[in-house]
Amino acid sequence: MSNFWNIWVWVLSLGTLVGCFLLLRYCLTNFAGVPEGEPTGHVFDGIEELNNPLPQWWSTFFLLTIVWAFLYIAAYGLGNWTGFIGWKSSNQGILNLAESKAQVLAAKENGYLVQYDREIAAADAKYGPIFDAYAARSIEDLSTDEEALKVGQRLFLHNCSQCHGSNASGSTGFPDLTDNDWLYGGDAETIKQSILHGRKANGMMAWGAALGGDQGVQDVAAYVLSLSGREVDATSAAAGKDKFVMCAACHGADGKGSAAMGIPLGAPNLTDDIWLYGPSVRAVESSINNGRAGVMPAWKDILGEQKVHVISAYVYSLSQK
Amino acid sequence: MSQSNASSVNYNFDVVRQFTVMTVIWGIFGTLVGVLIAAQLIWPALNFETPWLTYSRLRPLHTNAVIFAFGTSALFASSYYVVQRTCKTTLFGGKLASFTFWGWQTVIVLAAITLPMGYTSSKEYAELEWPIDILIAVVWICYAIVFFGTLIKRKTSHIYVANWFFGGFILTVAVLHIGNSMVIPVSLMKSYSIYPGAIDAMMQWWYGHNAVGFLLTAGFLGMMYYFVPKQAERPVYSYRLSIVHFWALISLYIWAGPHHLHYTALPDWAQSVGMVMSIVLFLPSWGGMINGIMTLSGAWHKLRYDPILRFLIVSLSFYGMSTFEGPMMAIKSVNALSHYTDWTIGHVHSGALGWVAMVSIGAMYHLIPVLFNQGRMYSIKLINVHFWLHTAGIVLYIVAMWISGVMQGLMWRAVNTDGTLTYSFVESLTASYPFYFIRFVGGVLVVVGFFLMAYNMFKTIYAKDNSLKPVEIT
Repeated sequence: MSNFWNIWVWVLSLGTLVGCFLLLRYCLTNFAGVPEGEPTGHVFDGIEELNNPLPQWWSTFFLLTIVWAFLYIAAYGLGNWTGFIGWKSSNQGILNLAESKAQVLAAKENGYLVQYDREIAAADAKYGPIFDAYAARSIEDLSTDEEALKVGQRLFLHNCSQCHGSNASGSTGFPDLTDNDWLYGGDAETIKQSILHGRKANGMMAWGAALGGDQGVQDVAAYVLSLSGREVDATSAAAGKDKFVMCAACHGADGKGSAAMGIPLGAPNLTDDIWLYGPSVRAVESSINNGRAGVMPAWKDILGEQKVHVISAYVYSLSQK
Repeated sequence: MSQSNASSVNYNFDVVRQFTVMTVIWGIFGTLVGVLIAAQLIWPALNFETPWLTYSRLRPLHTNAVIFAFGTSALFASSYYVVQRTCKTTLFGGKLASFTFWGWQTVIVLAAITLPMGYTSSKEYAELEWPIDILIAVVWICYAIVFFGTLIKRKTSHIYVANWFFGGFILTVAVLHIGNSMVIPVSLMKSYSIYPGAIDAMMQWWYGHNAVGFLLTAGFLGMMYYFVPKQAERPVYSYRLSIVHFWALISLYIWAGPHHLHYTALPDWAQSVGMVMSIVLFLPSWGGMINGIMTLSGAWHKLRYDPILRFLIVSLSFYGMSTFEGPMMAIKSVNALSHYTDWTIGHVHSGALGWVAMVSIGAMYHLIPVLFNQGRMYSIKLINVHFWLHTAGIVLYIVAMWISGVMQGLMWRAVNTDGTLTYSFVESLTASYPFYFIRFVGGVLVVVGFFLMAYNMFKTIYAKDNSLKPVEIT
C-alpha cells in the first residue's frame, strides 16, 4: 500500500473512532436548552421528543468499546503497520508452496505471530509422532492394521473423495480404486508414487485426423469395444484392427494397456470392459477422436509424505479383498 | 389519531397506498419462495428437475424479493408517508413519486424473471444484471429527489429523527449500489466486475453489509421512530440519544463489511478494522432499541390489547438481539466457528423476520386504516393471530438454525486423536436435516401469517369508508 493510502486509512479509521468519542462527550452535556426529562419543544405530527439524558450504563459501555478499539488496533496493526504483537492470520499474498515455505521461515525470524503457521506447527508437534510411527512400517503391513486404515480412510474422505467418491469407486474420468484395474500399477509402492507425485496422462492424443476422420474413429472404436467382448459390426472392427497398430505402442498389441507391459504411461487396459470415460460407443469414440488429458494432482507438498503413506495403505487395502 | 391535521395539507397518499399494498403482496411472494427453497433442502426432488426451479436460482430470488420487493416497498411507503406528515407538506416532484412506484415494481418483475432464467452477476444481494442495475439507479435517484425535495420544502423548523434515518439510508444505498455494480458489459445480460480479486470481494461486502446496515437497519429505524411513538401515543424517549446513536451508527456501519471476509485473502489490517468497528457499533445500534422501547414508558399496559404495538415492540427486541449477535459474530475467533454455517442464516433471519418484517408489519397495520379512511383494521383478532404465528415461526426458525449452525461448526473442526478430521462434510449435512425441517415449519407459519394479513388488508380496503370504528378501550 502506498504512503498516500496508508495515511488515508489511518486518518479515516482513527478519525471515525475519535469522532464517536467526541460525539458521545457532546451528547452527555445538556445542549437542548430545556431541563433534562422535559419535552424539547419539537412536535412532529403530534410526536414530542423528551430531553432525557443518555442511560449511564449505555454511555459507559460505549466509551469502553472505543477505548478497547484503540487498544486492539495498537496490538493488531493498521494499514502498513503490523502492530505491537505482530499478528498475521496467515502469510498473505503468496502465490505458491515455495513462497509459502520461505514466508514461514521469514516470519519466524522476524518474530511475527502468524496464526496459521502456529496452529500447523502445534498440530505437527502433537500428531507428528503418530505418523512417524506409521511411516516406519511398510504399506503392506499398515494395510492390515485396522487403526491405520481408519486414519487412512479419514484422510481419503477429506482429500480424495471429491473425485474418487466416498467409497473410492470413482466416477467418469476418475478411476475406481476398489477394482484391480490399474493405469500405473496396483502394487503398494506404485500407488504411493501416484499419490505423492501425481499423474498426468501424457499420451492419449486426438486421433481423429490421423485415423482419417469419423469412419476411421468408428472402426477403431468398434475394434476396441470388441476386445472386451462387446457386440460390434464385424467389418468395421476388422478395418479398425488394421489401424490399431497406431494404438499398440502404448496400449500394447493385445490392448492390455501399458501397466501390463511395465511402462508408466497410464494407457488403460482395453480388454477388461472397464471404461474410465464411460462404456458407451459415443464415449469411446470421443476418447479416440479428441484424446483425453486426465490429471491426478501431486499431494506430497500438500499432505506430506507421511500422510500419503497412510492413505496409500488404505487405497492398497481396497483392492486386496 | 390526528386525522384533522390532514385536511390542511393535500398529502400525496396515492403512492403510499400503492407501496403499502405491494408490501403485503411481496411479503407473501418473498416468504413463499423462501419456504420452497427451505423445503428443497430437505426434499431436493422439489426442484422438479427444472433449471428454473433449482435452489441456486431461487435463493437469490428469495433474498431479492424479501429485501428489495417486500422490505424496500415498505420503506418507500413509510418514508413517503412519514416525510409528508412530519414536514407538513406534500411530496416534492409531482409525478416523480408515481414513477418511483412503477419503476421499482418493474425492477422487481424483471428480477423475478431474470433470476430464475439464470442471469446473475453472482454478487450476493446484487445479482441483477447491468441493465436492471441502471434502472435501479435511475429509480433510486428519483426517490432521493422526491424525498430530499420534500424535506427542503418542509413547513417545520427542525427535521424529525425518522427523516434523518430515511435520508441516510437513501443516500448511502445510492452510493453502495452504484459503487458495487460497476461492471464492463459484454452482452445485454452478461458483464464482468471492474474490480479484481480481493478488491472485488471487499467492494461486494462493503455493499452487502451496508445493504443490511443502511437499508435493513437505518431505513427501518426511520420507520420505527415514527410508528412506535405514534402507536404508543407517547413522546420519543431521548432526543440526545437519537443524535448520538444516529451519527455513530451511520459512521461506524460503513466500516463493518470486512467481517464477512475474516481469514481470507483480504489484508489482515482490513479484517481487524472491520471487526473493531463492528464491535464499537454495538452500543450505537442498541441506542435505537433503547429509544424505541423506553418510548413505551407509561404505556406498557397498551401491549395487553394492542397487537400492532406488540409487533413494533417485539421487533425492537429482535433488533436488540441481532445487533448484539452481529458484533459477537464479527469477532475473529467466534467467526472462525460461525462462518459458513447455518448460524449466519439464523442471524440474518432474526434480523429479517424479527426486526425488519415485524416493524414493517406493525407499521402497515397502523397505516392501512389511515390510508383507506377507516378507524381500524377489519379484524384486530386476526392481527393478534398473525402476531403469534409470526413470532412462533421466527422462534422455530432461528433456534433451529442456531443449533444446526453451532453443530456444523463444531463438527467441521472436530479432530480425532490422530489429528484427522472426525466428520466429512456430508455427515454434517445429514445431521442438519431435522433442523432444516423445523426451519421449514417456522417458515410455513410466517407465510400463513402473511396470508392472514393480506385478507385483513383487503377486507379493510373494501369496507365502506369509515365503517370500521376505532375500538374504545375502557
